[in-house]
Amino acid sequence: MSTTPDDPRPAHGPAAPAGQSPPEPVKAIPVRHPGRWVAAGFLLLFAAMFVHMLVTNPAFDWPFLFEQMFSAPVLIGVRTTIILAAVSLALGIAIGIVVAVMRLSDNPVLVSVAWLYTWFFRAVPRIVLCVLFGNVAILYQTLELGIPFDNYWLPLLGFEDGARFYSVPMETLLSPFVAAVIALSLSQGAYMAEIVRAGLLSVDKGQTEAAQALGMNQGLVLRRITLPQALRVIIPPTGNEATAIMKDTSLVSAIPLTTELFFQLQQIGARTFNLFPMLVAACLWYLAITSVMMAGQYYLEQAFSRSDRSARGAGGAGRGAAPSVQSE
Amino acid sequence: MTQNTAEAGVVTGPGDDRMVVAENVHKSFGRLEVLRGIDLEVRRGEVACVVGPSGSGKSTFLRCINHLEKISAGKLWVDGQLMGYRQRAGKLYELHDSQVARQRRGIGMVFQNFNLFPHMTVLGNVMEAPVRVKGEPRSAARERALELLDRVGLADKAPEYPRQLSGGQQQRAAIARALAMHPELMLFDEPTSALDPELVGDVLDVMKGLAEEGMTMIVVTHEMGFAREVGDKLVFMDGGVVVESGEPRGVLSDPRHERTRAFLSKVL
Repeated sequence: MSTTPDDPRPAHGPAAPAGQSPPEPVKAIPVRHPGRWVAAGFLLLFAAMFVHMLVTNPAFDWPFLFEQMFSAPVLIGVRTTIILAAVSLALGIAIGIVVAVMRLSDNPVLVSVAWLYTWFFRAVPRIVLCVLFGNVAILYQTLELGIPFDNYWLPLLGFEDGARFYSVPMETLLSPFVAAVIALSLSQGAYMAEIVRAGLLSVDKGQTEAAQALGMNQGLVLRRITLPQALRVIIPPTGNEATAIMKDTSLVSAIPLTTELFFQLQQIGARTFNLFPMLVAACLWYLAITSVMMAGQYYLEQAFSRSDRSARGAGGAGRGAAPSVQSE
Repeated sequence: MTQNTAEAGVVTGPGDDRMVVAENVHKSFGRLEVLRGIDLEVRRGEVACVVGPSGSGKSTFLRCINHLEKISAGKLWVDGQLMGYRQRAGKLYELHDSQVARQRRGIGMVFQNFNLFPHMTVLGNVMEAPVRVKGEPRSAARERALELLDRVGLADKAPEYPRQLSGGQQQRAAIARALAMHPELMLFDEPTSALDPELVGDVLDVMKGLAEEGMTMIVVTHEMGFAREVGDKLVFMDGGVVVESGEPRGVLSDPRHERTRAFLSKVL
């Protein structure tokens, strides 16, 4: 198709001139995907079989399940699980921040200690940690505060009594709940340390320099500049960690901490010789708690990407105006 | 050249009119020697423009002035204070992080890549240091921040986030942020090098205004026009040393050294 020089309208003009009818939409026969139909058919069939089993198999015993799911010991178990997960996560995050900062410090002792901590607590399974901390009382019957190694060197100076100011039996101090918190938060802290470290390293070095140039000391730079910016990298994996620790509270019956959700449901199942509905009830409870947490994570992530989103709203103006030119 | 070395070795005091004194400053990164003996003096109210090819150590020297880089040898005074160290009984003691931070309060710095804090609004960026470092009350800091933003032509951008601003606007906001600490000395590290050409003028105008008010400034730049018009002193660096320095028009029109002449012939 050619256009004469006089014709002001190019043959393949971008817009149809006014007055002309709109272009005819493309009418084509779409590509067939028989494989998709077959797969979808099979999956629907399996789903129907599954639902049929849920409804008809007497082993589910739904009335018993729902009755027990909201019984008093189970609700106490839910409460324990949530509190344990929340406290362990909070302590784990605090430990993680401290260990990450140690890991990034200039002090070789701090760096090695942080590395050893992360190495140990990531290597040992949580259930082993739970049993270990449940049995710490074997190591120390009483916890005593005093001057370190006093029994070695104080007798040399003529004192026989030692220098212990305060002592408390381990059993009262280390209740199963406390042991569970210690085991889970130490383990969580090791994972959080790596996440926080990655977050801190993701913040541009220029941010630290700009803050230092304004006269901020290291603590202020961390608190006001690097850590808040690292949060955007830290929060998504921390959401995963939160669901993981919530589920791993089911391990603490090994301590034994028996007021926990899964143990309670199992006990009811054992007592009534009707185990399977209680296992399903456990699935339903963990599903419910995790779903609420995922919703919370969604809103948290939204809140922390605020400065990003408003930039996108403005068409990202000036985004490309900061090339990563290195100053010499 | 001679004027730079003539008074070297004399420790400046607060009454001294010299704001920055660098004495035989060396800086190495591992085996790479970036600065090989810089002698330089900048007097109060003076605008010194540092030019030179890339890799000549200009930016490194600027970063040494506020101790973002530790110098390997030599001495550096700002406003009569030895940067990063304390000298007592002939011995040098390294200063603690918080003491270095205190020294830096009086020195504003503007970076090539702006380095505004992306998680704070423009107003928040400017208020941050006065409130957190100096402990100024928020209301006073806010008033002063708005004044400064108005002065750099960004009064209407106060509630926005840095990424919503153009490069030129970001750099002017960064200048306002540095000024909020009432610095006695401003360091500019290639402040216009990352900007689109059409945005350079606004930033240079703000810097010119500062110079006219008597701010002591050290500007690492490639803007020869700015150096000629605003600078009181032009410092040409190459290979980690000051090759030549003096009155800008003189150096630009009649460079004494072959190396300066070669560089200027390429950039002018």
